[in-house]
Amino acid sequence: MSELATPAAARPAPEDGYPGAHRPDRRRWVDAWGVRIATYEWGSAEAPPLLLAHGGFDFAGTFDVFAPLLAAGGWRVVSWDHRGHGDSAHVALYSWDADVRDALAVLDSTTRRPVPFVGHSKGGAVLTQLVEACPHRASHLVNLDGIPARRPLPDVADHERTRMLAAELSGWLDQRARAAEKERRPGTLDELARRRARMNPRLPHAWLRYIAGIGARQDADGWRWKIDPALRFGGFGPWRFDWSLQRMAGLPVPFLAILGLVPEEMGWGTSPDAVRPYLPPGARLETFGDSGHFVHIEKPQEVAALVLDFLR
Amino acid sequence: MSHVLLRHSKVKLALHQLAPGPGRALLLLHGLGERTPARLPEELASWPGPVFGLDFTGHGLSDVPTGGGYTAEILMADADTALRHLGEATLVGRGLGAYVALLLAGARAERVRGAVLRDGPGLAGGGPRPPSPTVVAVDRAAVAPPDPFALAELSRDVRPPDYATSFARLAVQLSGRAPALSIAAVERPPWLQAVAEEPGVEELRLAEALAGYARA
Repeated sequence: MSELATPAAARPAPEDGYPGAHRPDRRRWVDAWGVRIATYEWGSAEAPPLLLAHGGFDFAGTFDVFAPLLAAGGWRVVSWDHRGHGDSAHVALYSWDADVRDALAVLDSTTRRPVPFVGHSKGGAVLTQLVEACPHRASHLVNLDGIPARRPLPDVADHERTRMLAAELSGWLDQRARAAEKERRPGTLDELARRRARMNPRLPHAWLRYIAGIGARQDADGWRWKIDPALRFGGFGPWRFDWSLQRMAGLPVPFLAILGLVPEEMGWGTSPDAVRPYLPPGARLETFGDSGHFVHIEKPQEVAALVLDFLR
Repeated sequence: MSHVLLRHSKVKLALHQLAPGPGRALLLLHGLGERTPARLPEELASWPGPVFGLDFTGHGLSDVPTGGGYTAEILMADADTALRHLGEATLVGRGLGAYVALLLAGARAERVRGAVLRDGPGLAGGGPRPPSPTVVAVDRAAVAPPDPFALAELSRDVRPPDYATSFARLAVQLSGRAPALSIAAVERPPWLQAVAEEPGVEELRLAEALAGYARA
């Protein structure tokens, strides 16, 4: 992997700050097999690296409070915008394996030594798979509410389930058919923040407005989220949650799992009881009964303290 | 052989016409690493209508995207792009194309007028359960097409039998024709064996299957 020139246009400056938020200290591009990945660092360039991965439909800027806390604990925190997210390239194909490959490219560009992996939601699951594929590249794994578990299926008859699957498939294919023409809806930063509140109902408007100033671009007719309009929340495929859980039992590095227990739209609804049977020996499970899925945003100090203590 | 370029999101797909004529189209879906044949294969010459072949993303004259990320479901959407262009079609899929034909026959049961699943490269995929995780990387200097990422990723994608049969059941229940799916293949990966055992799916020789769909 080669590194490209530092992106000049990748330093958005939100009009208003947010308490405790700091933009990254350094930015660079990583070439992940031809895909340009926007990569960010907080903390001293001389400090030991730590890899930090965001969740689906997020971007590295959503770590602007959490990452500086880890950096203050003595780490060089390296994060990136997943392909199609934030300032990274919009590409033709998105897949789980491609996200894992991009993560490895960012890691390769940072160090060849084993480092701690910390990931939220999808980022936690992606880094879990990277640990499983490359145990020699990780020293620790912290998964922030990114452990999949079975969702209760609605109690419906078989023919109704068939109809639901057919509708889901048609909807996905229809969305693919429109993807070439799709564009994010423009608005003011406040409007974008209010729209995002539908997915982040527990997060304050001031925070959502702050991250809109990073995750959106200003066009002539207003602000638009930068995320590729071809991406769609949810989806379907052959993957089973229990395959991930079963593999978790064999994780080869010290493991800290953190769950936010208040259910919400973007969360995975995973309970401690669903996770415990699959924890590898010596693993730690910490829960926040008064936090939702974005536990590192709702409780940045507490979560950072847990992570720093775990890495000590 | 002529072709048109169809747009699927950021990818231009080549749809080749192998035989002219009115009536319902036969749509060929090639195997992994293949492309639409240059001429109409002899075994398909009995089809009374026009015959088309789609080059999947990363194959033949279709675009080769950057950085991989292939799934069988995305190729289903490739095939749906061709199906929307044609209106309706009978599908003949080889190898990987057979699996994609199954997915599309379930997802677009009202427009797919039967599908024939044949032997060919990429029929098995990665098997019924995920293999040990690895980071799939390729030699960027490798000649493409076919995209080396397609070869690597679509020979590892997991194909659980009950996932495959959910598409077969959609095809059978929603298409209203019998057989909704015809299997003209010798190789029997677990997904195909499970589909073969579903009601409404028949094992037929290619010529028999085509003759039946041509009459329907």
